[in-house]
Amino acid sequence: MSVLPLDVADEVATEPAQPSRRRRPPGFLQRPGGLLGAVWLVLVVIASFTAPLWRPYGVATQDLAHRLALPSAAHLLGTDPLGRDLLSRLATAGAEPLLASAVTVLVAFGIGLPLALIAAERGPRVERVLSRTTEVFLALPLIIILLAVIGVIGSRTYVVMAVLGVLISAAVYRIMLGVAQSVRQRLYVDAARVNGLGSLRVNLVHVLPSMATVAAVQAAQLFGIGLLINAGLSFLGFGPAEPQPSWGLMIQDASAHVYDDPWLMVPSGLVLSLTVVAANELVDAIAGRTTKGRVRTRTRPVARVAAVDRGGRASAALEVRGLTVAVDGGPTLVSGVSFRVQPGRVLGLVGESGCGKTMTARSLLGLLPEGVSVAGGAILWQGRDLAGLSERELNAVRGREIAMISQEPMVALDPMFSIAYQLVRPLRRFRSIGRGEARRVAAELLSQVGIVDPERVLRSYPHQLSGGMAQRVAIALALTGRPKLLVADEPTTALDVTVQAEILSLLRGLVQEIDLAVVIVSHDLGVVADICDDVAVMYAGEVVESGTAAAVLDDAAHPYTMALLRANPHVAEGHAVPVRLASIAGTVPAPGSWPAGCRFAGRCRFASDACRVPFVPLPAHGGGSVLCIRAEDLARENATWERERAGAEVGAEVRA
Amino acid sequence: MSALAASPAPPALEIRDLVVRYGASRAAKRNPPAVDGVSFDIRPGETVGLVGESGSGKSTIGKAVLGLQPPSAGTVRLNGQDITQSSLKQRRRLAVDLRVVFQDPYSSLNPTRTIGQTLVEPLRVLGVPSREGERRARETLESVGLPADTVERYPSQFSGGQRQRIAIARALVCDPKVVVLDEPVSALDLSTQATVLNLLADLRDQRDLGFLFIAHDLGVVRFLAQRVVVLYRGQVMESGSVEPVTQAPRHPYTVALTSAAPVPRPAEQTARRQAREALGFRTAGAAAGSSTGCPFAPRCPLATEECRTERPLLRRVEQSLTACHHAEQVAALTGAAGVRP
Repeated sequence: MSVLPLDVADEVATEPAQPSRRRRPPGFLQRPGGLLGAVWLVLVVIASFTAPLWRPYGVATQDLAHRLALPSAAHLLGTDPLGRDLLSRLATAGAEPLLASAVTVLVAFGIGLPLALIAAERGPRVERVLSRTTEVFLALPLIIILLAVIGVIGSRTYVVMAVLGVLISAAVYRIMLGVAQSVRQRLYVDAARVNGLGSLRVNLVHVLPSMATVAAVQAAQLFGIGLLINAGLSFLGFGPAEPQPSWGLMIQDASAHVYDDPWLMVPSGLVLSLTVVAANELVDAIAGRTTKGRVRTRTRPVARVAAVDRGGRASAALEVRGLTVAVDGGPTLVSGVSFRVQPGRVLGLVGESGCGKTMTARSLLGLLPEGVSVAGGAILWQGRDLAGLSERELNAVRGREIAMISQEPMVALDPMFSIAYQLVRPLRRFRSIGRGEARRVAAELLSQVGIVDPERVLRSYPHQLSGGMAQRVAIALALTGRPKLLVADEPTTALDVTVQAEILSLLRGLVQEIDLAVVIVSHDLGVVADICDDVAVMYAGEVVESGTAAAVLDDAAHPYTMALLRANPHVAEGHAVPVRLASIAGTVPAPGSWPAGCRFAGRCRFASDACRVPFVPLPAHGGGSVLCIRAEDLARENATWERERAGAEVGAEVRA
Repeated sequence: MSALAASPAPPALEIRDLVVRYGASRAAKRNPPAVDGVSFDIRPGETVGLVGESGSGKSTIGKAVLGLQPPSAGTVRLNGQDITQSSLKQRRRLAVDLRVVFQDPYSSLNPTRTIGQTLVEPLRVLGVPSREGERRARETLESVGLPADTVERYPSQFSGGQRQRIAIARALVCDPKVVVLDEPVSALDLSTQATVLNLLADLRDQRDLGFLFIAHDLGVVRFLAQRVVVLYRGQVMESGSVEPVTQAPRHPYTVALTSAAPVPRPAEQTARRQAREALGFRTAGAAAGSSTGCPFAPRCPLATEECRTERPLLRRVEQSLTACHHAEQVAALTGAAGVRP
């Protein structure tokens, strides 16, 4: 329903999904574990299946003179109690467990995966039947069933392992069902269905590829389990009969001689465990590719421009000077932002996503994301520089002096606790009052934010509230510490337009009533016009124009502001709707690739050579500023950012 | 509505008494349906805006039209043909003329397929040879302002606005008669939104396309649509040509919607805000409406006992159809509060 501005830091920190994955080797092979695991598995497979071609001795060839021999030139891995060559037997024995585990994996996925796809497609009724059935399978004791099967059909390895696959398919079904259901919710699946694609093709083309990673992880893990169970069965004597070699039997042999010839355990035990470990390493590498974590340590900013003139102007509650926010060791996200907010006034930070407005707002409370910090400038608040405070000192400011409300009110509320509990706890902490008193104040706060029946709301839980009601509660929560400054990050973006109007009226009332200073972040120029006294328009991490809301919006001096206003389709009643809207060619340059001069020059219709060199903001709108070297020219020429003409978009010039 | 506006050509899309309920359990049946008896037409080449707030059922109507959510009652006709109960498989032939653009440009394109593969897919289903399909994909991309070599690239290489152009191209590639646009610009930034809206307006003017434009923003609907249907809690509150409905609403809910949308002119907005506050609309969610009466009655300043007990039927008042017992007083309401400039 709403514009969800992308976090700039997220944009910087996450890589694009998968640009050119055809050229590079798959990601899991780029990690040492995955590479070693894959190499080992390939080696074992090749060695096992080609063993009859290269093994130095037959599997039953006995060298009775050298029984239980240690490795030597004649027997590279030594011999067993009957003098048979271990290397030959070990390699020959590999083919069966590898194939048998593959059978288990194939059977388990052959059953589990289609069932999961069917259940995800056909909806709850089919899903319920299938899930209950698989639960029965999951409750069966695996080994006992397998032994019973062997009792009936004899030790036919592949059949037994196929039965194991059937039993394990229930677990595969459970896991793949969850994945399939979430993939089916993606819109491109709906789009394919609207295109008239058959069910099979929708599943094959659109659902399965997105499940591939999880399936690969599960398969590799299952393969390792299959190997262990196969070896376990032949250890118990349910594998191939002597003299045919098997890993399980060789380990059993070795265990009988563990005191007189410990070496015997090494080759067979090592190969089996390494193969299982290799399968699991592969799992980790494949899984790691998708959940590549952003592991960063929080570092306090190192270099910082000294804050000059502490104390600031008495009239300004908050004064931000030359604020620069950057990814640690990475690009700058916000540069040289300055503004002032007085008590009882509302400042709007406005711009499109990626312009740094949210980063600016969050830095006021020291709530920047991991790996992002203030790299320069000062945030002067009540005679202190907030940018220089420690986490502990900031904690004393947050909530008490500066509070915050966010776009998603539900995020501010804990779904596990009642509203009363969530309001009483901070009230007691911030105001040092008793429980009963705190509850009374909580009810007062709720009526202050326009809730008609505070007692009922106090008893309810967050999920019982509508979005507008939850935002009111979130505002009440922000007021518990009697803050002097409220930072509101897109407070109405997630709300319906009639509810937005109510919340804005409420905020305006609070500003007048308790002389609150407010910094509001918004992408919506209408919201800014409605509630803000002052406005700072941000573009590519800097303030391009500032002044009173009336001056900036009614008489924009910066081309970007002009363009934004002309791109807005909202007009008041009685005014004609424009035939087409103004557009801005291109996109906002990403942090790290900002040009030297005006950052908007590349998209600006009025750009000239003078715009390509750095310059300083010019005074404008009384106490405001404009960051445009041509601002005076444009004002003299009465330049406007014209709207597009009809038909310009269809078959238009090819854009970048 | 078609009964009243006698149009010569049959409607491209005709929706009659559509009811959609979610869930089949007994508890679900006690809840009011998500869509409750909605009827409207889209004539060939016409853009109809479906506007309402969250929970109004506007997206559910879109899903029911597309066959993604089976309707509980009512009919959907495409070019005169009943497609209400046809399965998605049957729609392959029936609904060649019906396509969709979704809100989220990120999850609506399969990240593992090239743009070309995504665009050619519906054509393959229709049996278009692959070379011909490729040619049409390139042409369609160019017609939405993207270079033809886009076909070889993956969705991750494009920005939100470009992705939405690709989604529009996917809808247009098989030359449909009706496209459902489900909030196509709500996830976009203002300047990107403007270019996509311009593109849609150009397509509207140049092709004989019917758009069902689903949106929560009446300002955007006024920019693009010729007619508008205003929904509240699954019911039609008001419908008609876009200018009368938005400029002289005859339903209190439409007044609430138009007066709440802020305009970027501080002085004007201050006047409009004061006028809106004087209207006396009550807070959303303060009390649930009765199941028999008007769903908007608990918030409506004009509500009387009649509104709480008897559901108002759609009737013609001046140029619009409105479902309000007191439609005649709505003009006086806005006039007295000074909403009109």
